[in-house]
Amino acid sequence: MPTVLAEDGVLLREGLVGVLERFGFPVVAAVGDGEELIAAVDEHRPGLVVTDIRMPPDFTDEGLRAAVRLRRAHPGLAVVALSQYVELSYATELLDSGDGEGVGYLLKQRVGDVREFASVLRKVVEGATFVDPEVVRQLLRRSADPLQRLTAREREVLEHMAEGHSNGAIARKLVVSDAAVGKHVGNILAKLDLPPDDGVHRRVQAVLAFLRAQAG
Amino acid sequence: MSSLNVSDARTGTLPWALAGPRYLIGSWVWRALAYTLTTIMVGGVLMTVAFPVYAPLAASVVMIESRAVGDVIFLFLLGVVMVVCFGPLIAIPLGAVERRRLRIVLPGPDHSGHREPPAGLWGWFRTRYTEAATWREVAYAAVMLVLFVVTLTLVGFLFTTALTLAATPFILQSPEEAPLSMGPFQLYSSMDALPFALASPLFAIALLYACGLLSYGHGVVARSLLVGPPKEELYAELGQVTESRARLVNAFEYERRRIERDLHDGAQQRLVALSMDLGMARVDLDEDSPADRRVVAAQSKADELIDEIRELVRGIHPRVLTDRGLPSALAELADHCPVPVTVNADLPRRQPPHVEGTAYFVVAEALTNAYKHTEANAVTVHADLREGPRGDVLRVEITDYGPGGADPSRGSGLTGMADRVAVMGGTMDLSSPVGGPTRIRVELPCTTEQPQTQR
Repeated sequence: MPTVLAEDGVLLREGLVGVLERFGFPVVAAVGDGEELIAAVDEHRPGLVVTDIRMPPDFTDEGLRAAVRLRRAHPGLAVVALSQYVELSYATELLDSGDGEGVGYLLKQRVGDVREFASVLRKVVEGATFVDPEVVRQLLRRSADPLQRLTAREREVLEHMAEGHSNGAIARKLVVSDAAVGKHVGNILAKLDLPPDDGVHRRVQAVLAFLRAQAG
Repeated sequence: MSSLNVSDARTGTLPWALAGPRYLIGSWVWRALAYTLTTIMVGGVLMTVAFPVYAPLAASVVMIESRAVGDVIFLFLLGVVMVVCFGPLIAIPLGAVERRRLRIVLPGPDHSGHREPPAGLWGWFRTRYTEAATWREVAYAAVMLVLFVVTLTLVGFLFTTALTLAATPFILQSPEEAPLSMGPFQLYSSMDALPFALASPLFAIALLYACGLLSYGHGVVARSLLVGPPKEELYAELGQVTESRARLVNAFEYERRRIERDLHDGAQQRLVALSMDLGMARVDLDEDSPADRRVVAAQSKADELIDEIRELVRGIHPRVLTDRGLPSALAELADHCPVPVTVNADLPRRQPPHVEGTAYFVVAEALTNAYKHTEANAVTVHADLREGPRGDVLRVEITDYGPGGADPSRGSGLTGMADRVAVMGGTMDLSSPVGGPTRIRVELPCTTEQPQTQR
């Protein structure tokens, strides 16, 4: 999967190129700011973009804005954004782009676990939504109203959902039956007022509902 | 100030006029006369009005030989009490009058050293009875009584003498008045009186000079006791201190951001890269081999270090505060607090960096206090922006539902908070009744001035 990388820290950029290449994401361009990122994507048409959120010239959210623009211009482009810290509005903006499929929001410190990082990239490329566990944890801590209605187990399931796990994977992690997880997911969706006929994106919607409620 | 300016400043003053040859034909002589006359008037009124106040004290001095020691001591103590209790009530208005009168002979700054009292009668009394300016005015009232007597005696003597001498030739025109005795001299006719009459102007001149000297002396005493330090100077000094303080705060704030930047862009980036390198090394190692275990250990140490730096930065000036502003930074702070924290921060715009930095610091300290020193099980943080008379005011309120009874003197970081807020020209209120809740409210003016900073 050809990949464009945007990261302004030279040391980290080199490291990331090594990791991406090693796990089957050949880096067709490695750039240092948002404008270069957009130009590189337009030129190389990659399948995946890994971008730092905070880049020159203003060091605020250049990477994020570039990613949102790219998602609009290139539907189906998978984007993983790396952030220095948990910022819910970043996650929301990013997940709101497109239909929330094929995006990931990850804390930078996460890339040290290269295998895990690579597996997140693969999931996102396959269309999954991935939100950093820390973000989810903080979301669940911060959330007031919607969370009050969820049981402890349902929160746990939602956490795993937000991390992009399937029902089967969640069942294995929690050591319960698939049916039990299905029931929990159903309850979560109901409690978050997500209509049952919303189709396949309801899982993403569930996570988004939280993000919007918290960040908005 | 150059010597030229000094001599300029001295030209056109009373002592300068007194020393010069034209005192008697200039305007200063009239000023001296006016001051002397009003001294006698004000002194007379003072002596009458203040009589009940100083009477016991004066009586105790007068009777010191004629009465029993007990009586004298009683009178003396009564006098002291009277002066302490009622002296200021007379001395303060006297001071006001005398400062105005001072302009006649010593023009210049003439404001009192009084402070602005808080509203209400009690506030007035408390301020006035405890400030030095009031008691200097009481001292002046005593000096004024003495000067009144001295002035009246001297001026009265010179005036009547000059008048009498001038009048003798006319008096002696009617022979039945003769002989007039003038000290050792017996005067029988107007001709005899002529030399005395000619001496009259000398006394008149002496009178005018006496008025000048007395006025000047009186004025100097009055100024030293009644006039506070020039307000403009105080304001200028205060302005300088405030400015340098603001510069310091900004310098500190800038330093904090620089440290954060260095840690973040330097050490932390390198550590993340290191952790990634170690992760890559693991990919090529057999899982659970001795080498793999070593690399895992090394990587977890690197990760711990990353977390530690992150924590450190959180206590200084976190990146999220620089990038996203106070609401985001407070939310993150709350997320890392062991106590459940509800943040309610609705700020329509960003504040200057030093204001954000201080507000963040206050909340961080308050949260640390809440979970370290109390058993608070809930904390709320509220921040909003209000429009004040001099620009926006950022208000931050931290309430913890702990046991209360927080005491700033026991060093729980509260003094540090108050200092940092005060330096910004802000205010901090602490309310911590026993039984809780403890509420810290901080108001920070959002002045836009800040030093040139670079990223």
